[in-house]
Amino acid sequence: MAVNWFKYSSPASFYPLAGRVIPWFAAAAAVFTVIGLWIGFFVAPTDYQQGEAYRIIYIHVPAAWMSMFVYLVMAAYAALGIVFNTRLSGYMARALAPTGAMFTFVALWTGALWGRPMWGAWWVWDARLTSELILLFLYLGFIALHSAIDDPRRAARASGLLAIVGAVNVPIIYFSVQWWNTLHQGASISLTQAPSMAKTMLAGMLVMAVAAWCYTVAVALARVRCEILERERHADWIGDALARESRS
Amino acid sequence: MTDFLAMGGYATYVWGSFGVTALLVLVEILLLRRRRRTLLRRAGRTKRNVSMGVET
Repeated sequence: MAVNWFKYSSPASFYPLAGRVIPWFAAAAAVFTVIGLWIGFFVAPTDYQQGEAYRIIYIHVPAAWMSMFVYLVMAAYAALGIVFNTRLSGYMARALAPTGAMFTFVALWTGALWGRPMWGAWWVWDARLTSELILLFLYLGFIALHSAIDDPRRAARASGLLAIVGAVNVPIIYFSVQWWNTLHQGASISLTQAPSMAKTMLAGMLVMAVAAWCYTVAVALARVRCEILERERHADWIGDALARESRS
Repeated sequence: MTDFLAMGGYATYVWGSFGVTALLVLVEILLLRRRRRTLLRRAGRTKRNVSMGVET
């Protein structure tokens, strides 16, 4: 059976599909956030070394994971757009960038607020922190480059190339704590070893990570719908799609 | 309750982290909602203009 993989790469069929799934991801994000915060603040014990300050982990680690993951997804969409010449891939890449940048900023911000009481410094030029800061600049560069070029197809292509080249930074961030002597601690969770933290702490962190993931899907899809409305407003199907949605 | 808010003396750091994150999430959602409303209004206008034969 031949599956048409490109069916949902057309904005006309993707627009209503995205509209249908957004409420589910938004609701899941809200539910997981409440559960995650409840575990993080009321179930998980106080850390024996760091006291209550360690609770920043429930924001810091999910945000840092999302900052890297969103970048890879964004670069993958950019690559798809360049290889298959599908408009929607470029829209998706562009829709992910602001949320990725937000998570990168949150990782840096919460890191500073965690570093100050634990290391005695808001910021150090450590390999992990520096490469994460470069990630923020890559996101901002992607957004700025896209909006600096008037022709939408050239804008998507140029910023897409930047996104792909910048992806080299993600493994550098991830492995920085192994490759260099860093003040930042090593990974608490890896695929090869048992996690080095209490089970309830781990559970709270993972639930918050799922919440961040659902939030990103909801927000990115909402943004891609705006992007489609903006770019394809003269297409015939837009009027029909809007009329159908306002009826239901 | 006061104990909880004090976070063992780390209130500034803990609530500074969670507060700013909540604020950024809220701002992102509000900006997105505003952008969507503006676009929908404009789309409605375009459609009306087209049916009345006005150039857009």
